[in-house]
Amino acid sequence: MATRDVSDIQVAEEMLQHHFADMDQQRETASFGMWMFLLTEIMFFAGLFCAYLIYRASYYQAFVEGSRAMNIWLGATNTAVLICSSLTMAVGVRAAQLGHRKAMIVLLLITILFGLGFLGIKAIEYHEHWTHHQFPGPNFHFETDDPEHPATDPQHTEIYFSLYWAMTGLHAFHMVIGVVLVSWLVIAGWRGAFSPAWYTPVDNIGLYWHFVDLVWIYLFPLLYLISKKHGG
Amino acid sequence: MAAEHTNEHITSSGLYVAIWVILMVLTGTTVFAASVDLGIFNIVVALLIATIKGTLVVLFFMHLKYSPKLTMATVIAAMFFMFLLFSLSMTDYLTRDWLTSPLH
Repeated sequence: MATRDVSDIQVAEEMLQHHFADMDQQRETASFGMWMFLLTEIMFFAGLFCAYLIYRASYYQAFVEGSRAMNIWLGATNTAVLICSSLTMAVGVRAAQLGHRKAMIVLLLITILFGLGFLGIKAIEYHEHWTHHQFPGPNFHFETDDPEHPATDPQHTEIYFSLYWAMTGLHAFHMVIGVVLVSWLVIAGWRGAFSPAWYTPVDNIGLYWHFVDLVWIYLFPLLYLISKKHGG
Repeated sequence: MAAEHTNEHITSSGLYVAIWVILMVLTGTTVFAASVDLGIFNIVVALLIATIKGTLVVLFFMHLKYSPKLTMATVIAAMFFMFLLFSLSMTDYLTRDWLTSPLH
């Protein structure tokens, strides 16, 4: 224990930038910077959510019909996968705080697997929509599953699909970046770059990962659960 | 030098698992709630559940509960500007057909 404390102090001395008073101030500043970045990310996504809100209010029925083309179970599974990935990420950051290097690496690897699982399921859904011509553009074509209730407003359901692809696509892009960043954490962690005295990248990439989960928590009900579509 | 770590909060694994369980249950709840016809309240329930889930993620997984007040101010700023974006946009779009101009 005593030796680890000594090495912690050495790491702290090495990693402390001269313009900070101590490691606490340095860590809090890095964290604040990350939150400021996430604030800009929130506003970035909020533009799309606002567009969704306006068009949903304008063409509600077209949006209901579009959302009924979603596979609710794949969407729910993906929500669960992301929540699990957030748990392993949170416990992984905790392992970094405590200096449990191997536990951190294993937990981050599981987080990556969950992230890839999410993207895989998303790819299945995208393929399904693509083959059914549910992609905005000249080849867009929309029909409901129910022959007694044909699509009432397909040109506005196209707007639903434009927003669906844009919002989930931007989200999936963030997931890809997240997987790359966490992979880098695994490699850097393996090489012993982090210690209880300094693990800022683990902390901040953790924040980013949870933020991406947070966006999906809103995307799932808004895109998949607009109106009752199962069991009734 | 133990003072290096004084401001740092380490959440217990048990609490993380408890939050995870709540998030999973709420995910099931939101899927179930969508299968019940509540009329206009479907969206209210869906957004309420999403907001509870989001709040848990931000407070515990993202450590906001144990972060400096400055971090809380950042989050409130984000919510405030989102509120401005949504409310001002909707006051425009939702009220466009309230008045008909005599010129039309």
